[in-house]
Amino acid sequence: MSFILRRLVFYVVAAWVALTANFFIPRAMPGNAVEAIMSKFPGTLQPSAYKALEAMLGVNHPGSLVHQYWAYLVHIAHFDFGTDLTQYPASVSTILGETIPWTLTLVGTATIIAFFIGTGLGILAGWRYGGWLDRALPALTFLQAMPYFFLALILVDLLGVKLHWFPTGTGYAGGLIPGWHWDFIGSAIYHSLLPAFTIVITSVAGWMLQMRNVMVTTISEDYVVAAQAKGLHDRRVIFTYAARNALLPQLQGFGLALGFVVSGAIIMEIVFAYPGIGLLLLSAVSSDDFPMMQAIFLVITFAVLLANLIVDVIIVFADPRARTKEAT
Amino acid sequence: MTAALPVTTQPAVIIADKVPGRWRRMPTKAKVGAILLGLFILAAIIGPMLEPYNPAYQSPNPNLSMNAPSLAHLLGTTQSGQDVLSQLLTGIRLTLELAVIVGVIATALSVIVGVTSAFLGGVWDEALSLLSNVFLVIPALPLLVILLGYLPQKGQTPTIIVLSVLGWPWGARVIRAQTLAIRNRDFIAAARETGEQTWRILVYEIVPNEVSLIAASFVNTVLYAIGTSVALAFIGLADLNSWSLGTMLYWAESQDALQLGAWWWFVPPGLAVALMGTGLVLLNTGIDEFGNPRLRDASRASRIAGRRLPPTDPTPVLADLNADRGRVRAFVHSFSRGSLIEQAGFDEKGGQS
Repeated sequence: MSFILRRLVFYVVAAWVALTANFFIPRAMPGNAVEAIMSKFPGTLQPSAYKALEAMLGVNHPGSLVHQYWAYLVHIAHFDFGTDLTQYPASVSTILGETIPWTLTLVGTATIIAFFIGTGLGILAGWRYGGWLDRALPALTFLQAMPYFFLALILVDLLGVKLHWFPTGTGYAGGLIPGWHWDFIGSAIYHSLLPAFTIVITSVAGWMLQMRNVMVTTISEDYVVAAQAKGLHDRRVIFTYAARNALLPQLQGFGLALGFVVSGAIIMEIVFAYPGIGLLLLSAVSSDDFPMMQAIFLVITFAVLLANLIVDVIIVFADPRARTKEAT
Repeated sequence: MTAALPVTTQPAVIIADKVPGRWRRMPTKAKVGAILLGLFILAAIIGPMLEPYNPAYQSPNPNLSMNAPSLAHLLGTTQSGQDVLSQLLTGIRLTLELAVIVGVIATALSVIVGVTSAFLGGVWDEALSLLSNVFLVIPALPLLVILLGYLPQKGQTPTIIVLSVLGWPWGARVIRAQTLAIRNRDFIAAARETGEQTWRILVYEIVPNEVSLIAASFVNTVLYAIGTSVALAFIGLADLNSWSLGTMLYWAESQDALQLGAWWWFVPPGLAVALMGTGLVLLNTGIDEFGNPRLRDASRASRIAGRRLPPTDPTPVLADLNADRGRVRAFVHSFSRGSLIEQAGFDEKGGQS
């Protein structure tokens, strides 16, 4: 329990650092951000937006820095990320609310699938090291080293444009109204297959390599040799003795690697024109839509922190040492 | 009858075996990685001199737009008639240059933070490891996006600075764990007793013992810098008038190279990134096997005299002893070595932190 509590405190600190960085970055950067933003949107931004921007970016703001900081925290606590600049006057949180479910479903599911497949393959490769699966690892490394979006480009070209196996672009077939009916859900699943496949094959090698290495280290432990000497079935030795222990470092790695995987997957969405956060980020960057960029940063960070917390809870269930000892 | 003899009576002969050269002792993966990387470094150094055209030159001739590879343009041309091969060579140089500079700066930072934090201990350690753990868990890419987004100028230098600032925590964490393990060894105590100054202990006793770890962290950082800078350029957060691999991909994507079937435009830069990355990962696997005896001996043991041994086979195959002495030595070694390391409390990667 104390383990979870300590981790919780840590994540609160991490979240606070992210929030604070998000608050100070616009204020610390050179130049007048408000002028820069206003000049990017001639005509579309009303003079009233100028005030709102000033308030958000802290330019010429009446209150002290502490006061502004407090107001900022209160806004965030109410999920108020300000007004969007490109789709003025829609609020950032409304737009985010429409896109997050897409990304969460796609990236979340694909990452979990990739983790399970990669770990499974890693167990096999580690158990039979020097076997064909182990020797295939360098080839998989090649897939992993490829930027996600690049592999996505190739797959869209081959499977989408040339072979017409999968649809390209957007999250569902045109003409359908999003909602909870089968036409829409089926279409959404069909449209997400290729992006999900891309995430899985690019990230699987990383999990596999990590698991394989821990596995190789674990199977030279005496207790594994002892289990074999007792004449236990291979399957039992692999899963109950070796893999179960090798899984703990793998789980810890999962939390840390999540940020990278999610970032990569989000960039990849752009290639598929998938209606998720990635596409939103691209349009925010290309139109200097700072409120949106900042909100996306906060949302992704909080999602990753939450996922880490969940992983920690799983670790507590899986590892008795985390329950008894003061693990850090 | 005679088969059992070598184990007991001939170790001296086995040790006297010729030790192969350093290059031959390297795992195959590391060799492939080193060669791949060498090719790219070569391309980065002499490539721009061999460029057939100016990468930025836009041909006014409409016939030169989107040409498939030909003798005149070995990798074809872009929408505006620019030579893809020339762009690629410049791109490899720019991307590799950025990645290496980031690698050097960030690795230096992680060594400084990791070693000081482990060596000073106490409040310093708490604060520094909290800081690095926080930056590890916050996803770097979105943070980089706002940092670079707010910068008035985009380009090589700002990207290098921002990537270096966010690139050190992973290395710092690993190096800190290693320093903690080394700190209580006898030779450090001996150095302290002889009255060595702290900085001398750090620089001459501790850091040299972490070379393989520092090398691995450098390779990892370069990998991170390549991947991240290409991704950032791909979404347009770079100087779009320079030709890095990422900006090439940005233009290819934004000018619909894909839909127009111009594979020669977007495949070469992506492939270059992937191959560079593969080279780095393979090299890192090699360094890993070098630094972690279990992984190293495992990869050797599996190939004794052409026979693959199940890893937990409790009986080493004595009959094969004569077939290949050098490798058997490594195998027998791995049994004793593993438990020794365990006792020393030496933990190879990450460990507790």
